[in-house]
Amino acid sequence: MNFFDWIWKIISEYYPLFLKGIGNTMLIAIIGTVAGFGIGLLVAIIRTVPEGKNKVANFFMKIVKFVLVAYIEVFRGTPMMIQAAVIYYGIVRGRMDLTVAALIIVSINTGAYMAEIIRGGIISVDVGQTEGAMSLGMTHWQTMVHVVLPQAIRNIMPSVGNEFVVNIKDTSVLNVIGVSELYFQAKSAAGTYYKFFESFVIAAVIYFILTFVTTRILKLLEKKMEGKKNYTIFGSQSDFKSTIHLTEDKAR
Amino acid sequence: MSENIFKISGLTKAFGDNQVLKGIDLEVNQGDVVSIIGSSGSGKSTLLRCINKLEEYDGGTIQYRGEDISNLDLYKYRSKVCMVFQSFNLFNNLNVLKNCVKPQMLVLKRSKQEAEEIAKDYLAKVGMIEYINAKPAQLSGGQKQRVAIARALSMNPDVILFDEPTSALDPEMVGGVLEVMKKLADSGLTMIVVTHEMVFARDVSSKVVFMDKGVVAEEGNPQDIFTNPKNDRTREFLSRMLKEQESQ
Repeated sequence: MNFFDWIWKIISEYYPLFLKGIGNTMLIAIIGTVAGFGIGLLVAIIRTVPEGKNKVANFFMKIVKFVLVAYIEVFRGTPMMIQAAVIYYGIVRGRMDLTVAALIIVSINTGAYMAEIIRGGIISVDVGQTEGAMSLGMTHWQTMVHVVLPQAIRNIMPSVGNEFVVNIKDTSVLNVIGVSELYFQAKSAAGTYYKFFESFVIAAVIYFILTFVTTRILKLLEKKMEGKKNYTIFGSQSDFKSTIHLTEDKAR
Repeated sequence: MSENIFKISGLTKAFGDNQVLKGIDLEVNQGDVVSIIGSSGSGKSTLLRCINKLEEYDGGTIQYRGEDISNLDLYKYRSKVCMVFQSFNLFNNLNVLKNCVKPQMLVLKRSKQEAEEIAKDYLAKVGMIEYINAKPAQLSGGQKQRVAIARALSMNPDVILFDEPTSALDPEMVGGVLEVMKKLADSGLTMIVVTHEMVFARDVSSKVVFMDKGVVAEEGNPQDIFTNPKNDRTREFLSRMLKEQESQ
């Protein structure tokens, strides 16, 4: 049997295994990225709260901020494979479903990266807008929610998408604790006939398709978030000739 | 005599070693249009930012209607003393109408419908009603500044502070914004304007303050200041500015 025969044989025999792997990988990547984004958002907002006048509150905030920085540094500074092994063998083994454990590990890891990405996004929105909001009497929280974050999140969409793609690939390290994601399944399929090369080529193609399709979808989403490039003149919306079409965003 | 709005006494402010304000005394009454002029670095903008509490000041007091502003609720106070900036500072994620509506709803707790009515009213007054669906990035500088003025007006403030509102504009855009400001002055709104537009200071304001190196060097009604300045620095500054602006 030649290479393609083996590929075909492995696929037709083990496609349920691969499908399950794809399902688990995508589940962990999607939920891990979304939850990580939530964690990152929270951490970034807390880290950008300005100092107030209350000394006790300031001291308390300093401790919280220190803990958050420690979290970011530790989880960015160690491999996820080690984190997974440490958390799994040290804390969750026997107490928790393996997939849930995987979700928690990926979320915490992603959160550490997202926190820095989102903080960068917040900084990227010019201070003038914050001052504009403050000068009219808006609070820090109102300014964040209604003015800064919508723009910050739009600005960081490419990085968030990047993080998502990284997660699709990096779930493969979770095989170390036996999560049946795509890499784990490919390894299992390879074992029967000792056809490692063929089996991993299949996995590679599947990984590529997953990340490629994902990046295309994210690009579309980004375009949608950009919003319309034209606007209608108020009072004459029914008259299409009065619509002003701008060919490009002037701000860029 | 009209009601006193601001009584600023002995105001000081330093950024590190740089003493920007060295004891400012200033009174502003209801309906006053105060132009603050002076060369760059004289502390004009810092004074305005201290009044809005965007900067904390080091010493002295600012009284608003007889009360020290450090005792007032910060957010409520700011909504009464709105600010218009050199760089417009519109919210880029919101369209023109929402720029004027959101702050009203958030700070003054107005209903959406009420806020929209008020916003549209003021946007019409500054000549921007047609553009309520546009985003700030789609507007010219002059248009943005007129929206920023409408946004401030929508809060129904007691005072509007203008921080060099025309300095970032193309020369041909300046006229439209000054026109709007003149209309506001005529309507009786209390305004404090940091400006380099000498013609505006001379023709529209009721009081001109000349600041030099962190102190008020001279103040008075525009006629006196422009035709008969007592301070040498004022004379020098005015002749330079007027020459520059005539040549344009």
